[in-house]
Amino acid sequence: MSTLAESRRPWLLLSPALGTLSFLLVAPLGFIVVYSFWLRTATGADMGGFHLDNWVEFFTDAFYHDILFYTVRVALITTILCAVVGYIPAYFIANTRMKNKALLLLLLMLPFWISYIIRTLSWINILGTGGAVNYVLMQLGIVNEPLQLLYNEPSVILGLMHYLLPFMILNVYVSLSGIDGNLVAAARTLGATPFGAFLKVTLPLSMPGLAAGSLLCFVLGAGTYITPLILGGPTNAMFANLIFEAIIIQLNWPLGAALSIVLLVVLGTVVTVYGRLMGLNQISKSFG
Amino acid sequence: MAETRDIAVRLTDVEKNYGSFQAVRDMTLDIPEGSFVTLLGPSGCGKTTTLRMIAGLESITAGEIAIKGRRVNEVPIHKRNLGVVFQNYALFPHMSIADNVAFGLKYRKLNKTDAREKVRRALQMVRLPHVEDRFPGQLSGGQQQRIALARAIVIEPDVLLLDEPLSALDANLREDMRVELKRIQRELGIATVFVTHDQGEALAMSDKVVVMSDGQMEQIGTPEDVYNRPTSRFVASFLGNSNFLGATVEDVTDGLVTLAVKPGEGGAMPIRLSIASNGRFRKGEAVQIVIRAERLCIGRAPESRGGPMNTFEGVVTNVDYQGLNARYFVEAGGQKLQVINPIDQHPAREGDRVTLHLRSEDAVILDDTGHVHH
Repeated sequence: MSTLAESRRPWLLLSPALGTLSFLLVAPLGFIVVYSFWLRTATGADMGGFHLDNWVEFFTDAFYHDILFYTVRVALITTILCAVVGYIPAYFIANTRMKNKALLLLLLMLPFWISYIIRTLSWINILGTGGAVNYVLMQLGIVNEPLQLLYNEPSVILGLMHYLLPFMILNVYVSLSGIDGNLVAAARTLGATPFGAFLKVTLPLSMPGLAAGSLLCFVLGAGTYITPLILGGPTNAMFANLIFEAIIIQLNWPLGAALSIVLLVVLGTVVTVYGRLMGLNQISKSFG
Repeated sequence: MAETRDIAVRLTDVEKNYGSFQAVRDMTLDIPEGSFVTLLGPSGCGKTTTLRMIAGLESITAGEIAIKGRRVNEVPIHKRNLGVVFQNYALFPHMSIADNVAFGLKYRKLNKTDAREKVRRALQMVRLPHVEDRFPGQLSGGQQQRIALARAIVIEPDVLLLDEPLSALDANLREDMRVELKRIQRELGIATVFVTHDQGEALAMSDKVVVMSDGQMEQIGTPEDVYNRPTSRFVASFLGNSNFLGATVEDVTDGLVTLAVKPGEGGAMPIRLSIASNGRFRKGEAVQIVIRAERLCIGRAPESRGGPMNTFEGVVTNVDYQGLNARYFVEAGGQKLQVINPIDQHPAREGDRVTLHLRSEDAVILDDTGHVHH
């Protein structure tokens, strides 16, 4: 009988966490799943039941597939650029002998204190037709009329990089700062040039951080709608924009629910496959 | 000074400053081919900095370092051809043992078969022949240490640099590795610079010991030299257990100095000692006498070496039983002396009145600044 009580004990102790998770995550997800089989009628009311119409629409209409591919493409390009651009400051912070290393890390977190929307909007003042870049170019006489720098794919990618770089830098930094400095020294004494030692020792050992940062960037990038909404043109809509459109603009909750599940499954699959290949414990490390 | 070609490493007036802090200064040292030279000193004495300067891992502020007669001040690390073993082994965790050991061979034009053969032989040398396919994380500390050594020697370096390679190992393993390291060094006949703060390691392994403190060399000599004939108070106190006694010179004749040890409190009769010394001392000069704790003999007098024997009385105030030896604290002539003697059946006990013997050759006289008289 004591064994029965004992076997229940872990569940008892876990119950607050399990309760919270079920209430905040599992239950709402369940609602969304159920909703995706409902139907929005012409009158604007939702009709309950089990209808496959939303799913048929998603699977048969190439429009959705194109945007899904476009989303993956933008997220992938952004991730690769973040990896390349983010590695450098991460390397610098990890290897600097500056006393204020903590300050550098704090600066990295600074953008998070300002709303993501405001940060994104700020690009309009920089890249817009009346923005800083065009103003300088016009004043210098390099161009006669303002360049159209906004509302295209590069501006969306730029906005996403702005948003995602800190995640990449932090992850790579954690990985790099965990590498024993003597390893590079050892490689050098054995005959490696500075760059050779980087390629053979530092880079491979920082791969877990690079991989974790890339996953975060990809998932966050593929799930955003604010950046393409503010900085993208009509052709730059990403999948989350479709969900936003369906739910907020068209008030078609059932379709929005179905599309949400599509995005969840796609990103969930990416995370799972990636986690199998790379291991996910690195992500928790960089936030720990 | 030896011929340049017999010198593996030559340091000439080497100096290292970090800002206004002088980490190493006036470092002038020859490391002969095939010899095992130890840089010994407490942490922060500049020994590791010196090693890293030889390796090229630290720049040098002034002076010159030459390896095999070639000035290397401006030679980058990867072109110095040195084998370095780090304190924490620094094995590449993402590579197999074979790849770790073969790492340096990739930069030395060798075909694959030769390289594999060299790796095999290096692993045999460190007596770990069957671990090629494993990873560093799967080996014990002692095994990792051997692999680090194999990786350093496989490239046939001009000099082997060892930075406290044994300090991360536990005591028993350390003793084994000490013997092993020395065996490998002898077999290869490679000039070796060994950095340690452990006097036991330094005395047991070295051909020459360089005692350092505060970025400077205090004394260079054979282990016997630095142990038995310390030239400064620092060396005497860093190595072994020493008694330091303030004394006044009373008479100097034929290399024999007669001294009156300053009595401590209590108005005891001062001890008079005759100590052999080549230093030129004046009558009445204040000096310091260094006496190793194990050179004072309780009860039985040691065999004479021709010089006079000093004999005086004392009272045992404390006994520290150590198994093989006993450490006695003896009060004599108002001074507290440490005496370490092998235990011969019955150690003296607290309160015993004992006779102490000291050969005239078994003490060193330093001037009152704590250095040898020249």
